[in-house]
Amino acid sequence: MVMSSPLKATPLNAIHRSHGARMVDFGGWDMPVQYSGILEEHKAVRTSVGLFDVSHMGEIEIRGSEALALVELVSTNTAAKLADGQIQYAGLLYEHGGFVDDILVHRVSSTHFFLCVNASNQEKDFEHIRAQNHFRADVDFAGERYAQLAIQGPRALEVLQKLTPVDLAAIRYYHFRDGEVSSAPARIARTGYTGEDGFEIYLAPAESVRLWKEILAAGEECGIRPCGLGARNTLRLESAMALYGHEIDASTTPYEAGLGWIVKLDKSFTGRDALLRRKQAGMRRRLAGFEMRGRGIARDGYEILVDGRPAGWVTSGGPSPALNRNIGLCYLPADLATPGRKIEVLVRDRPVEAETVPTPFYKRAK
Amino acid sequence: MYPDNFRYTKEHEWVNVEADVATVGITFHAQSELGDIVYVDLPKPEATVERGKSLGSVESVKAVSDIYSPVSGEVLEVNPILADAPEKLNEDPHGAAWLVKIRLSNPAELSELLTAGQYQEYIGAEA
Repeated sequence: MVMSSPLKATPLNAIHRSHGARMVDFGGWDMPVQYSGILEEHKAVRTSVGLFDVSHMGEIEIRGSEALALVELVSTNTAAKLADGQIQYAGLLYEHGGFVDDILVHRVSSTHFFLCVNASNQEKDFEHIRAQNHFRADVDFAGERYAQLAIQGPRALEVLQKLTPVDLAAIRYYHFRDGEVSSAPARIARTGYTGEDGFEIYLAPAESVRLWKEILAAGEECGIRPCGLGARNTLRLESAMALYGHEIDASTTPYEAGLGWIVKLDKSFTGRDALLRRKQAGMRRRLAGFEMRGRGIARDGYEILVDGRPAGWVTSGGPSPALNRNIGLCYLPADLATPGRKIEVLVRDRPVEAETVPTPFYKRAK
Repeated sequence: MYPDNFRYTKEHEWVNVEADVATVGITFHAQSELGDIVYVDLPKPEATVERGKSLGSVESVKAVSDIYSPVSGEVLEVNPILADAPEKLNEDPHGAAWLVKIRLSNPAELSELLTAGQYQEYIGAEA
């Protein structure tokens, strides 16, 4: 007998289904891939505002007098530099230097850190952190206690401000405030995965349906769109942000993925020694951005040819709605991973011309 | 929605036959499932195609899907509007956004295709 485990659902699942979202299995979660259409949702976020249910994302809380010591041990970045209300992007690495996950570390207080982690990695992350807890710290698997909504786009602040007394303009990028949104206690973080301004809101699951509706109502005059994971992916790809399982995984190091800036070798952390050795030995491969020059769309997993020979593979690829070009990220031998190089992408057995380009592909106007 | 004079496949292509020439497209249901279509890859005129074999592909923002030829024959014409306006496949899949015209080499194959009623029953059951 084959037993398949049922899909996990966010507290907004019924809303998505009743509002005509197209649902897909995303890493074991029943999630909306699109509402009105990926292109329209993408455009809404780039030009106005969009709302995403990202409650599938995991949360892990670390508390106690030695909470910081544990966070410092598992994180590639220097959590000791965080002030209360500040956020840091970091890698969670294996001893061999590959990624367990990429995470956001929020410092609530000197004895309380709040980690946002990838949905399908959360159990693994929790075990990974707990196994290294030789400190006076409590590690708490908190995914089920939080829903998460992402309101993203140039008009996100204007829309969200209608529902909260918290002065949103005063929250700087990669900072957060604990306050209320429409009378519901919420952690309001100025972060996102779209390359636009915006906020990620952590709140009690029981409040999430009401807030979803209220944010959509508040954004109506701005043309707010409920968005699915399809647009989330095209938006993050244009911004060249890494996605676990694509650009980063257990076999990739932060250096290869262009994430050397989150690695602080001047402190001790799990995976540091391996990274140091890798750094000294020199990088073999490196992530590069490319644009298709010939007709064809590169997709995840397609092979890359250089001078007619296999040289790498596409980690993420697809059309860029904002640029109206076909773009992608790929791994190439490090000496080939520089902008301006002619490469070919093997599109359904047909080599199609492409060229490496600088990333991000899209940068919002400041 | 699904013209009675068309025939359909379970892979969501349609065929409209006049004399010995079949116009081929993808169904409304197919474009709806695919979402925003951004690219269409089709054979060149004079290519020989075989029933059930790949005729080309359509790509949405999210994914690439094969188109299977519902009939065998020679490609006479390829719809010129789709190279620059693939989104027409979302707007008018049973009309202006036909894919190719094929001269039938084996008209008997048509009897294996679904009627509009059978196709609608099929997609109803699939959903």
